[in-house]
Amino acid sequence: MKNLKQQKQAAVFWILRIMTWLVVGILFWILGFLLVKGMGVLSWEFITTAPKNEMTSGGIFPAIVGTLCLVTGSMLVAFPIGVMSGIYLNEYARNGWTVRFIRIMTNNLSSIPSIVFGLFGMALFVNTLGFGDSILAGSLTLGLLVLPIVIRTTEESLKAIPDTFRNGSRALGASQLQTIYKVVLPIAFPNIMTGLILSIGRVSGETAPILFTVAAYFLPKLPTSIFDQVMALPYHLYVLATSGTDLEAARPMAYGTALVLILIVLLMNIIAGIIRSLTSKDYVK
Amino acid sequence: MSIISTKNVDFYYGDFHALKGISMEIEPNTVTAFIGPSGCGKSTFLRLMNRMNDLIDHTRMTGEILIEGQNIYDKTVRVDELRTKVGMVFQKPNPFPKSIYENVAYGLRVNGIKDKDLITHTVEESLRNAALWNEVKDKLKKSAFELSGGQQQRLCIARALAIKPRILLMDEPASALDPLSTSKIEDLIFTLKNDYTIVIVTHNMQQAARVSDKTAFFYLGELVEFDDTQQIFLKPKIEATQNYITGRFG
Amino acid sequence: MRRFIEKSVEKVLMASGAITSLTILLIVVFLFRQGAGLFRNSVVEENYSLAVNKTNPVEKLTPEEIKNIFDREIVNWAQVGGLNEDISVFRLNDITSYVSEEALGEEMQFLSHHLSEIVDTHPHIIAFIPNEYIRKDFKGKVLDVGKITPSDFFAGKEWFPTAQPAPLFGLLPLLLGTLWVSFAAILFALPFGLAVAIYLAELASTRTRAVLKPVIELLAGIPSVIYGFFGLVVVVPLIQKTFDLPVGETALAGSVILAVMAMPTIITIAEDAIRTVPRATKEASLALGASQMQTIFKVILPYCVSGIMAAVVLGIGRAVGETMAVLMVTGNSAIIPTTLLEPVRTIPATIAAELGEAPTGGAHYEALFMLGVILFLITLFISILIEIISAKQIKQQQ
Repeated sequence: MKNLKQQKQAAVFWILRIMTWLVVGILFWILGFLLVKGMGVLSWEFITTAPKNEMTSGGIFPAIVGTLCLVTGSMLVAFPIGVMSGIYLNEYARNGWTVRFIRIMTNNLSSIPSIVFGLFGMALFVNTLGFGDSILAGSLTLGLLVLPIVIRTTEESLKAIPDTFRNGSRALGASQLQTIYKVVLPIAFPNIMTGLILSIGRVSGETAPILFTVAAYFLPKLPTSIFDQVMALPYHLYVLATSGTDLEAARPMAYGTALVLILIVLLMNIIAGIIRSLTSKDYVK
Repeated sequence: MSIISTKNVDFYYGDFHALKGISMEIEPNTVTAFIGPSGCGKSTFLRLMNRMNDLIDHTRMTGEILIEGQNIYDKTVRVDELRTKVGMVFQKPNPFPKSIYENVAYGLRVNGIKDKDLITHTVEESLRNAALWNEVKDKLKKSAFELSGGQQQRLCIARALAIKPRILLMDEPASALDPLSTSKIEDLIFTLKNDYTIVIVTHNMQQAARVSDKTAFFYLGELVEFDDTQQIFLKPKIEATQNYITGRFG
Repeated sequence: MRRFIEKSVEKVLMASGAITSLTILLIVVFLFRQGAGLFRNSVVEENYSLAVNKTNPVEKLTPEEIKNIFDREIVNWAQVGGLNEDISVFRLNDITSYVSEEALGEEMQFLSHHLSEIVDTHPHIIAFIPNEYIRKDFKGKVLDVGKITPSDFFAGKEWFPTAQPAPLFGLLPLLLGTLWVSFAAILFALPFGLAVAIYLAELASTRTRAVLKPVIELLAGIPSVIYGFFGLVVVVPLIQKTFDLPVGETALAGSVILAVMAMPTIITIAEDAIRTVPRATKEASLALGASQMQTIFKVILPYCVSGIMAAVVLGIGRAVGETMAVLMVTGNSAIIPTTLLEPVRTIPATIAAELGEAPTGGAHYEALFMLGVILFLITLFISILIEIISAKQIKQQQ
């Protein structure tokens, strides 16, 4: 009787363990699959030339440049605003209903599906403000999408700094602004950067918000102004996978694009993880 | 013949040497009180007797603890079986988020008892023994969280009694309670002594003097003095004990 | 001076804090304004009318009836409350089978006259004609079809935005498709998510956990278009082969992919919930001779049931809003789903697939914004649900 209880537990724990490794296995399956299929396509030519022959050969250079433009643009939008709101929430705002309200709103913003951002970006930036399908419209849309990530990481990095630092600085006669600028921000900086890096990872992979605000199906020439359309890696992958003229012939290109995209995203996540683990021990007792 | 007997028990949390060479004999149907300042190892020692410290990472024990003649750290010993023999009541009342009835029945159910009449009978008996039956008999299906702190602690005692242990370990069972509830628990300990061997950790010296037959004074991981309670409180042999009891440190 | 700078900086910071709220406000305003425009559109295509013979007793047709008449699904007037006569359908390009090209005149100047005559002389006709050819002396009866009503949208069983003469914007197939795929996804994801959460919180050593946590976070970081691509080239063919289907793009493929995508959310939230179970509660169970497994299933899981519910709800939220992956693997046919092995179409996938082709400001465009409104409302509902659940959880822990 007793022995049965023990055996049952051992069996159940093994099931839990196996299920866990299955889930982990999925990640490695996806990574491994894309690596094996995409590795052969990856070459210097692939990342430095434009698509050719109805996108069945050549490279993905314009898409890489486009994604870089969108990443830069959206970070110019999200980073300053996000860091400033984070500072406001943690350093200035009294714990009143304003803070609660802003926090709830930020949470809600992060739960809105990305396709809704796409609709909104199209209605406001593309049509109402008349930016047209452009880097500007796309960057603004993506910037608002990742704003909650930047706000949250900034707030958390600031919260982790003990008040002793602030009090020490204030006791020496520094103003609140000087304290934030000279003491608090430098300490929090590495952690705030993780927010930036994670948002870059997120922005590089988002497709739905750029569908109707910036992304071009095929555009071999590079953008010259912020009012130009661009190709972008995630949208390019979508196009290659679903709507080319010859899907089978375009498959190798799709594998290559997927590999480049996932490498960028993973790299960003890994860098953010490293920064976090390096700084987490510094000042936390 | 002693029911608990420990020989040269040493215990480490990582590098910290928490217990140093503790040997002790505890007789059946007695109440033994562990006293001493916080962090001196008395709770740690108590938790070794039902192997509760197994759950804490980076710990290590040497020496032997025999319960009814068997070394409980022997590889063949089943921990859950041991714990049905050595019950425990914790510092703060910690009922499960279940009904009052199910809290008491829990120990029976997890030990494979399915007979409904037996369970109902045992629940009532345990609640009576814990002096709680009259207060809860009409609301057995209500959540245990609806009880007061003192009632919750007696429920936890009833829960421990339901599986009919031989030994009951109590880790500062009244420290979170008001004086009235505390005295109820103390009365309870006095009557439970007839059927169980009780080991109680307490901060409260009067409590130790009131309820226990024997008292052990722990200091910095060592067992300083262990003797009849009367002896310890009236004529301690060692100066440190004397100092602690008269409140010169602590 | 210094005080002034300090004050202005504080004002600027406060203004940035307000941007998220402002964004939500703008999203609501734009979505609702554009979406509500749908109900100002006429049922039939803009600048067109439906006309019948004056003797025809039928006064009103629903959008679905119009579509079915022109699709020849409805062939008798009795089916729509008229006389027992066959319906003859007339579109503008049918004109040549009634009148010769010469009779219309060189610049089509007699077209309106002939249209009027045709409707007048054929008692059982229904004609779909441009408004510009309906003159004052038109001898037929122009049907008052009215505007698209909220019930056409919310209770409509067909989504057929390009149908002529009356496009159908029925929400039901899309809404049910979305919920169908999302719930199936959670059904797949929950056992695995819970298993991993239990394993990480209760069984894994600190070192194993330190390895597994980042891996699961990476799973959350993979872009949805990659999931969609992987689904398309791996999962879809697998499903097609396994179930011997004509196409592998099915609700099942969507739910499997969504399950993987929702798993990190479920795992993280459920693990956090399991970790809030007080040590004392676990110890109480173990001290009664319960095994670790019994403690997990009888004490820990019941204790954090509201946390697990929050995980499930949040997972559903993720699944409902997911666009690209679903768009790529579900086959996108707007039918009310009955099995997992048929194609379905979700709300986000519909927006993504059709917004590019819908003319700005038209009924179709506005219908897609209305879908955005629905999506927004669903996520809002989920956020509120989470608030309620976690408030309950906090109350329980006190």
